[in-house]
Amino acid sequence: MAEYLIEARNLTRTFGSRQERVTAVEDVSLGIQEGQVLCLVGESGCGKTTTGKMLAGLLKPSSGQVLYRGRDVQTRDKDHFREYRLGVQIIHQDPYASLNPSHIVHKILSAPLLRHGFAANRRQARDRVVELLEIVDLTPVEDFLTKFPHQLSGGQRQRVSVARALTVNPSFIVADEAVSMVDVSIRVSLLNMLSRLKEKLGVTFLFITHDLALAKYFAWEGRIAVMYVGSLVEVASTPQLINDPQHPYTQALLAAVPEADPELTRHKESVTLRGQDIPSLLDLPSGCRFHPRCPCFEEGLCDVERPTLTPVGDGRYVACHAAVRNMGVRR
Amino acid sequence: MGKTHNQVGTAHRTAEAPLSVRDLWVEYVGERGMVKAVRGVDFDLRPQESLALIGESGCGKTTLGLSLIRLLVKTASIRQGEITYRRDNRVSHVLALDEREMRHFRWRECAMVFQSALNALNPVLRIWDQMYDTVRAHNRMPRAAVRQRALDLLRYVQLEPERVIDAYPHELSGGMRQRVLLAMSLLLDPQIIILDEPTTALDILTQRTILDLLKRLKAELGFSMMFISHDLSIAAELADRVATMYAGAIVELGPVNDIFYRPAHPYTLGLIRAVPTVTGEFKDLASIPGSPPDLIDLPPGCKFHIRCPYATGRCREEEPTLVPYYGEDHTVACFYPDRVRRDADAMWEQHSNSRAGDT
Repeated sequence: MAEYLIEARNLTRTFGSRQERVTAVEDVSLGIQEGQVLCLVGESGCGKTTTGKMLAGLLKPSSGQVLYRGRDVQTRDKDHFREYRLGVQIIHQDPYASLNPSHIVHKILSAPLLRHGFAANRRQARDRVVELLEIVDLTPVEDFLTKFPHQLSGGQRQRVSVARALTVNPSFIVADEAVSMVDVSIRVSLLNMLSRLKEKLGVTFLFITHDLALAKYFAWEGRIAVMYVGSLVEVASTPQLINDPQHPYTQALLAAVPEADPELTRHKESVTLRGQDIPSLLDLPSGCRFHPRCPCFEEGLCDVERPTLTPVGDGRYVACHAAVRNMGVRR
Repeated sequence: MGKTHNQVGTAHRTAEAPLSVRDLWVEYVGERGMVKAVRGVDFDLRPQESLALIGESGCGKTTLGLSLIRLLVKTASIRQGEITYRRDNRVSHVLALDEREMRHFRWRECAMVFQSALNALNPVLRIWDQMYDTVRAHNRMPRAAVRQRALDLLRYVQLEPERVIDAYPHELSGGMRQRVLLAMSLLLDPQIIILDEPTTALDILTQRTILDLLKRLKAELGFSMMFISHDLSIAAELADRVATMYAGAIVELGPVNDIFYRPAHPYTLGLIRAVPTVTGEFKDLASIPGSPPDLIDLPPGCKFHIRCPYATGRCREEEPTLVPYYGEDHTVACFYPDRVRRDADAMWEQHSNSRAGDT
């Protein structure tokens, strides 16, 4: 088995009290090799961010393990834990909320450099800050060093967030909806900047998004994992997932998404779901979580037996009774 | 285009536009000076058409929508312009209406579905109370008749009427709230519906049901619809015509296929280049350099020239106005539409080549 830089094993996370317990993420296992990209897509409330936070060490899993460079991060080995905490960074969705409004850009970026010993003194810190701002295309650098976050546009703020994540030379970045709050016309340049980090610095990415088009664009050479109410339903390489989706939920998403191309979007084949409502996490359906809406529902099977994420060849995985059967026939 | 099956009014059948906007200017008083949010906007909303107004945040699209029903905040004022409304051979000048007439105009003639379905509903009132209040403000109608109409409309937008009508907004999901708002906008059978970001913040599958619902409502009820969106894909999906807005002005207006496949304004082309598709071919994307201008301190000449790859000395001095481009239905405010068009053609050709090469 390939060596993963970061791996989740049977991660489960519940919230709430004993009376009202919600399982936000249930039994999620995934791994990302060094230098690779995995996109986590799904609708709001499906557990994408919770999964990302557990991988980044911001939330403790209720059960299951996170492995960094093959070792459990919850060990008592201090050095390994420190290596993990510095090696894994997260870029949050909202650049308006994730930067300290009372600090100028220089301070935002130099603080972690000095704190973690990536710069020996202020002189070195300043040089590194300039370098980082150049990496994220905030040039001329002098224009940005003394700015407060409120003096920057959304796109510029998000670049500062990226630069801050880079201060500690991470090997793995969780980008949680990192470009969704930025205007369409500048979104692509932000994505391209992230792609460059991937290529030039070899950073590994978990790219969390609800936007399939962005996932496709950012991770064409990587993989996509689709999540539905707390569990993974399909994992495949991006071209496979986009061109030949196997899980009925993935198929429904691809059929439903409107496209910025009138002919294409108006001639899509529609998938009719049996129900509209996303199940409440407090009252999850039996068997397959998708069965009340699924067009391929089989009574006595899907509402009874919960499908597990099953390998179906070519590195793909799918959690659906019908899809696994079909793939078996095809092979 | 299907203009024949409408039974509601006779004026709809003529080519006369229910709503015409001419040379509209809207400004806000800001701390640093006047914010020029809408600058000289001209357009017609045609009978039974679906017009998309697209642009980035802060381009003035919501202000334009609000000024059509005069719901602007106090710090905003309509400096200049004319808004003409027509129904059944009656003509009214929206900006000259008094308060009472304006109340009549809002909702009975022109309803608006606001952005963010969560905030547009009163959280402490049941859906029924909000619907009843809406009707009562405009009509004397027996309570039972209102109730029946409300139930019918809720069913019409694919909700369980009995359950939803006595619910509080927080008991409903985002998609359900959006459908409630749609039902409310239809209560008084308006001729025009304005929708501000109708599907933003909804999940993909929910968005799809709202889009399909809007298409069906428009086809069956025959109202004219103007919707405001930052999302090109919604325009591609729903619109008959598309208007691109930049820095408070409409810079290009035309039939949806012209705007997407034959754009003639560099900003429109820039937007199209910046948006990936999911099931389409993999295309090269490019962003537009720079960021939108400050509406308080606008640059001279064309407001897009700073970000525009085609800009010349003329663009820095003179602001182009909307002029017809290849037929009267497509208008563009750019001095060099042919150059933009050539690049757009090249982009789509490359796109279709890769499509052919792939299969």
